[in-house]
Amino acid sequence: MRLWQEYYRPATLTEALQALAYAPGLVLPIAGGTDLMLDLEQGRHPPVHALVDLTFLPELKRLEVQGDELLIGAAVPLSQIATSPLVAEHAQALTEACALIGGPQVRNVATLGGNVAHALPAADGTIALTALGAQVTVADLECARRVPLESLFLGPGKSALRPGQLITTFHLPLRRRGQASAFRRVMRLQGIALPILNLAIWLAREGERIADLRLAVGPSGPTPRRMTATEAIVRGQTMDDSLIEQALHTLLEEAHFRTSPHRASAEYRRQVVGALLREGMQAAWDRACEPQRH
Amino acid sequence: MTSPITLTVNGKEYTLEAIPGETLATLLRERLNLTGVKIGCGEAECGACTVVIDGQAVVSCIYPAERAHGKHITTIEGLQSEAGLHPLQEAFIKYGAVQCGFCIPGQIMTAYALLQHNPDPSPADIRFALKDTLCRCGGYPTIERAILAAARALRTGEPLPDPEIPESAEPRQVVGRNIIRPDAVEKVTGRALYTDDLKFPGMLHAAVRRAGVPHAILRVLDVEPARALPGVVAVLTAADIPGEKNHGLVIHDWPIMIGIGERIRYVGDALAIVAAESREIALEAARRIRVEVEERPVISDPVQARRPDAEALHPGGNLLKHIQVRKGKVAQGFAEADVILEHTFHTPMMDHAFLEPECSIAVPLPDGRMEIYVGSQIPYADRAQVAAALGWPEERVRIVGQLMGGGFGGKEDIAGQIHAALLANATGRPVKLLFDRRESLLVHPKRHATQIRVKIGAKRDGRLTAVETELFGDTGAYASLGEKVMTRATTHSAGPYEVPHVSADCYAMYTNNPPAGAYRGFGVLQSAFAIESMMDWLAETLGLDPIELRRRNALRVGSVTNTGQVLRESVGLLECIERVEQEMLRLSGLERERLFAPRPLPEAPHRVRAWGFAAGYKNTGLGGGAPDKAGAEVQLYADGSLMVRTSSAELGQGLVTVLRMIVAEEFSVPPERVRVLVMDTDLTPDGGPTTASRQTYVTGNAARLAAQSLRQAVTSFLAEKYDCPPERIRYVEGLAQVDGQRISLGEAAAAMQASGVEPLARYEYRAPETRPLGQGGDMHFAFSFAAQAAEVEVDTRTGMVRVLRVISANDVGRAINPLGLRGQVEGGITMGLGNTLTEHFIVENGRVITDRLARYRIPSIVHMPEVIPIIVEHPTAEGPYGAKGVGEIVSIPTPAAIANAIYHAIGFRMDSLPVDQEAILAFLKRQKECLPSR
Ligand SMILES: Cc1cc2nc3c(=O)[nH]c(=O)nc-3n(C[C@@H](O)[C@@H](O)[C@H](O)COP(=O)(O)OP(=O)(O)OC[C@H]3O[C@@H](n4cnc5c(N)ncnc54)[C@H](O)[C@@H]3O)c2cc1C
Ligand code: FES
Ligand code: FES
Repeated sequence: MRLWQEYYRPATLTEALQALAYAPGLVLPIAGGTDLMLDLEQGRHPPVHALVDLTFLPELKRLEVQGDELLIGAAVPLSQIATSPLVAEHAQALTEACALIGGPQVRNVATLGGNVAHALPAADGTIALTALGAQVTVADLECARRVPLESLFLGPGKSALRPGQLITTFHLPLRRRGQASAFRRVMRLQGIALPILNLAIWLAREGERIADLRLAVGPSGPTPRRMTATEAIVRGQTMDDSLIEQALHTLLEEAHFRTSPHRASAEYRRQVVGALLREGMQAAWDRACEPQRH
Repeated sequence: MTSPITLTVNGKEYTLEAIPGETLATLLRERLNLTGVKIGCGEAECGACTVVIDGQAVVSCIYPAERAHGKHITTIEGLQSEAGLHPLQEAFIKYGAVQCGFCIPGQIMTAYALLQHNPDPSPADIRFALKDTLCRCGGYPTIERAILAAARALRTGEPLPDPEIPESAEPRQVVGRNIIRPDAVEKVTGRALYTDDLKFPGMLHAAVRRAGVPHAILRVLDVEPARALPGVVAVLTAADIPGEKNHGLVIHDWPIMIGIGERIRYVGDALAIVAAESREIALEAARRIRVEVEERPVISDPVQARRPDAEALHPGGNLLKHIQVRKGKVAQGFAEADVILEHTFHTPMMDHAFLEPECSIAVPLPDGRMEIYVGSQIPYADRAQVAAALGWPEERVRIVGQLMGGGFGGKEDIAGQIHAALLANATGRPVKLLFDRRESLLVHPKRHATQIRVKIGAKRDGRLTAVETELFGDTGAYASLGEKVMTRATTHSAGPYEVPHVSADCYAMYTNNPPAGAYRGFGVLQSAFAIESMMDWLAETLGLDPIELRRRNALRVGSVTNTGQVLRESVGLLECIERVEQEMLRLSGLERERLFAPRPLPEAPHRVRAWGFAAGYKNTGLGGGAPDKAGAEVQLYADGSLMVRTSSAELGQGLVTVLRMIVAEEFSVPPERVRVLVMDTDLTPDGGPTTASRQTYVTGNAARLAAQSLRQAVTSFLAEKYDCPPERIRYVEGLAQVDGQRISLGEAAAAMQASGVEPLARYEYRAPETRPLGQGGDMHFAFSFAAQAAEVEVDTRTGMVRVLRVISANDVGRAINPLGLRGQVEGGITMGLGNTLTEHFIVENGRVITDRLARYRIPSIVHMPEVIPIIVEHPTAEGPYGAKGVGEIVSIPTPAAIANAIYHAIGFRMDSLPVDQEAILAFLKRQKECLPSR
């Protein structure tokens, strides 16, 4: 009947990993709880024995530049990410995505770690991270290893994380001259509070050419994914309307848009993705010629 | 490893044992008694439970209590300092942002956190911060103004300026002026208690086992597994009901519980009820009850229900009522018409989504009576139904009405009152039955889903010659107020126009959907959407201006309504139409001919703006021959204060303020001197149901006449005592002036008491008689009228619609309290907007899809247009100071005004609610693909 029997508040990552490894019964990490508490409460998740609170771990609360990377701890609240000048400088798509998730009361506790671990194909933070080329440090008691973000997803709501594993940090490449990103989404006014469609884009501009591009669209399949064929079409081409049209053409072939009852039809998604692509590409393109702030 | 929690709440440190599974909201409410933390949803959607943790606003309903260890928490109770109320609290009171009050702690705490980080927020900042702090009373514009004003006051140290709300055109001493609610301070400090905030010694918690299937015969009900659970005190089934087995407001067709072999008619039907030592145990026990049913084919819409082969859900079949309106000869009217148009519209079910879910507490008394604490719109009907179920005389039951976190029609029927009473009776202990949001969405009656066919005929100059309508109303599993709601839908289905020939037929049908009943607008919102869309289409077809078309046909003094009623006075429709038109021209700066033209934004031509227009009317009071009466009593005390008592309900709409003002007016005392007691069947006379926008008129009159008769009693007493002719006695500023001598009202009361006269008057007011439908004459004693214009912006790339501005003119007879009226107007627009844009109660094959607030979405501050209210006052002679109803009229034109604006923007005619962005986009795509045929 109770949602959990034991609650751990470890103060270090090691303690947290130990609790996850040795606590009896089903044990889960909890960050903001904005997904997990509702899943437990509404019976979508089998009852757990213990919860391990990640929000007291300094290792998961980092938000800093280290070397040529921006590090974002898995338990940093989304509100902090959305308002961080560092993130705004290096990962505008993530700033935009995080500012759109929930309301302030949710963002003040919800985390990127939870958004990613929940493994929904259109989670806003996850889609932004995907386009930004994020890598992830995953730790368990044995070791910590760095993996590409996309390797974490098996299916809708199913992550590749094993029991005892935690996401500790997201690693994002720093923004260089000519690079920029953007995030756009469409919601439905009625019904389930999940985006109908979201899109994140990162590009590197050289003069009038798009030298490089990463594009993620959700939900465009069972897992958050990049539109690699579309990226290939665009890469190295001159930015103009016809390029966007070509990109859209490929995108529509590559993305697997489905109908989600009470949320959106596949047809609608096919229709609006063009608007998102145009806006997203234009925004990133315009930003890419803005001077860097440091 | 679960260790104690040490936390600081409102400056005080507590160390508490950890309870596994506990949320912070529960800890604060149950263990620290900080019941200003409200639970509106328990799913992080509504923000009512917002507290501030280490400077950040957080929803406490999904925050594990154990995480609060080491944290500093501020709740609404901690905001007030020794110096007094926080400027936010003051501003919420002064600007009238407080209505039912249930969301207010969350609003203020969210705003408080905002101001800590941003002392000078812009309106956009406020909207961003309050995005997920919902107010169903819909006072968002006022909330925004209050926060802006409080922020300014905090920055500058200057006092709050007065709100800019014009008084009535003809204010009196008190009536017609801006008066603050009596309960506002309690509501902004979190001290206001709603039913779930009450605790009684030895109180048990109840849970209901619901059917979960829409249509079936109950075969097996094994309650033993529930009984076996430790902590369970009682499990009852239909067999244990001592008295009447059914309840219902009009027809007693709604089983309190379904018995073995009986028919389950919707997913929310109760099968068994449990009382246990805790809520968790009760819920678990209810889950463990074993049920076997024989499923039957589901009747999922009213058209299907009317087919001859449909299984009969009730002994009398599936037709609750065939309602007919006839005026003139429609065939002749259509023969005279130059243009005839016909179309069919659909509207879905909608939920009231009052922010406070239903809660009842039954308390057995040592003398054998039973008290029920509940927020109810009709306390005396609750009493009758509870007593009948217990098999008791009504007087043995007392309904003690509580503050209500909104009702909007959804708290007229029985929810948990009877179940709680049965369990309290069986156990001899107090029993609380609280619905969570899901149960609330599943169980209580909704707005009727309708199918409405309209055929309309007109002359080339726009004069209507005939209107024929055919309505199907889905009243769901039980009658509730279905017949009355659909009657209103039918009688209003030709719009607020004088039409020589009208024929309307409505079939109110039973189905296996959740029951449908009263919901602000009472059927008229649906039929207004249909007829006002048709009027727009007609204007276009005839090449007429939509406003001019309405002006030509509008009801006016001397008009005869569809039901044969001659309107003798108080028809402010034309003024509403004209004032809205003027305001549209003024605001938009457009030329008259371009008023309804589509306007693509120059900088973003894919975004197209346009205006839409609609009108409406709505009866005040029960009408249709139902005796409409209310009792009130007014008492004068030796301290010079007065009290007015009536059982009428305060749902947040502001009745208590209105009653206070009326009595204050009659005695020439400041309104603070008048207390108001409502909703108690032992202490207050029957005010009748709080429905049909009737309370200001009917109960307002009862209070006014009771006050007048008390005043007369005081006058004659003083006249005798001082040997002075009664006409020489005046009441001025709380004093009686007897021949120049000043006697305080308190002294007068004391003197009356000393000589054995109780300074108390009771009045039972009977509203003017009305006639049943079909008999002609006055079906209603008053009507309110409205016109509205909405400006929308359609994004042609996504089909998304935003409403930018709404101009709303309402003829309310007389604005008794313009401050409260502002709340009703903003709230009415917000609800109409939600009913059009965000709300869609989805039931598939009898199963409710929208069973959470995360799925049934109500408008948030980010959806709000600018609201421009215009008050039109065409007094009605019999109303108190000329007032008539305001509660429902405001939202009635909103759906059509928005739908018509969408049409003017992009040429897409909506024929169902809500706005469907997919349908819009699909339409635009077809338009693009389809080459011009010429
Ligand atoms: C009202 C509301 C609105 C929302 N709106 C949006 C929206 O617009 N867009 C959107 O994308 N999302 C939305 N969400 C969901 C969003 O809040 C979550 O996805 C959030 O980001 C999850 O983070 P969390 O910290 O709360 O995760 P939790 O609920 O704490 O955890 C989620 C899952 O991840 C696991 N987990 C958490 N952290 C880690 C970690 N570091 N390592 C391994 N596993 C971990 C947990 O065990 C759990 O299984 C909304 C939620 C609510 C309540
Ligand atoms: S009760 Fe917590 S958000 Fe609604
Ligand atoms: S005052 Fe906001 S919900 Fe009633």
